[in-house]
Amino acid sequence: MTAVPLVGALAVGLGGAAGATCRHLVGLAVPGRRSLVAVNVLGSLALGVVLAAPLGSAIGTGLGVGFCGAFTTFSSFAIETVTAAESEGRDVAVGFALGVLLAAIAAALLGAAIVRAAT
Amino acid sequence: MERTTSGAGFVALGGFVGALARYGVDVAVGDATGVGTLVVNVVGSFALGLLVTRAVGPRTRLLVGTGVISSFTTYSTFATDAIALGTVAGTLYVAASYGLGFGAAAAGLAVGRGS
Repeated sequence: MTAVPLVGALAVGLGGAAGATCRHLVGLAVPGRRSLVAVNVLGSLALGVVLAAPLGSAIGTGLGVGFCGAFTTFSSFAIETVTAAESEGRDVAVGFALGVLLAAIAAALLGAAIVRAAT
Repeated sequence: MERTTSGAGFVALGGFVGALARYGVDVAVGDATGVGTLVVNVVGSFALGLLVTRAVGPRTRLLVGTGVISSFTTYSTFATDAIALGTVAGTLYVAASYGLGFGAAAAGLAVGRGS
């Protein structure tokens, strides 16, 4: 790491607080599992941008590891997938899990492509 | 679900702690792409399975569930690590993360419901 560790850690914590709060607000505004699709796809797009952009070390870590990392979530997604399999069947769960995967990867690639096109 | 400003405060505090803990795991694991993220996602999925089956209050749910655990785990880094690993290793990484993560979530739910 090139940044002072304490500065990087503080940036991650503050970014994480902001990212978790924004995810919470999306959860209040968008019903059900659509909010998980929204945060994970939008957050992957944002991380694609952050990783490709020429940012300073502490800012990049705070935005990437902190904000994008906390705005998106795997644990809630995993619980949603498992409970969907239990209550709505395997096909619904597989469609949800693969749909989020493909959309998030496409979004991250798009984010990086946007930065490359703009710089 | 608590929709007040104090509710968002619990989420923010938990997000600070969860993201910092994930960063700590990343630093401890080092340069191996995806390993730290795999660890936090599996551990966090088990922990959230336990939490959601418990009769905890709304503030605890926001602080620990929406805040700490959901910020400890991450999807965006999982997606960009899968891309960075390339087609073959990335596909294996996705399969391992999904298999172990869903298994851990199911195990957490089962343990929480059984006790």
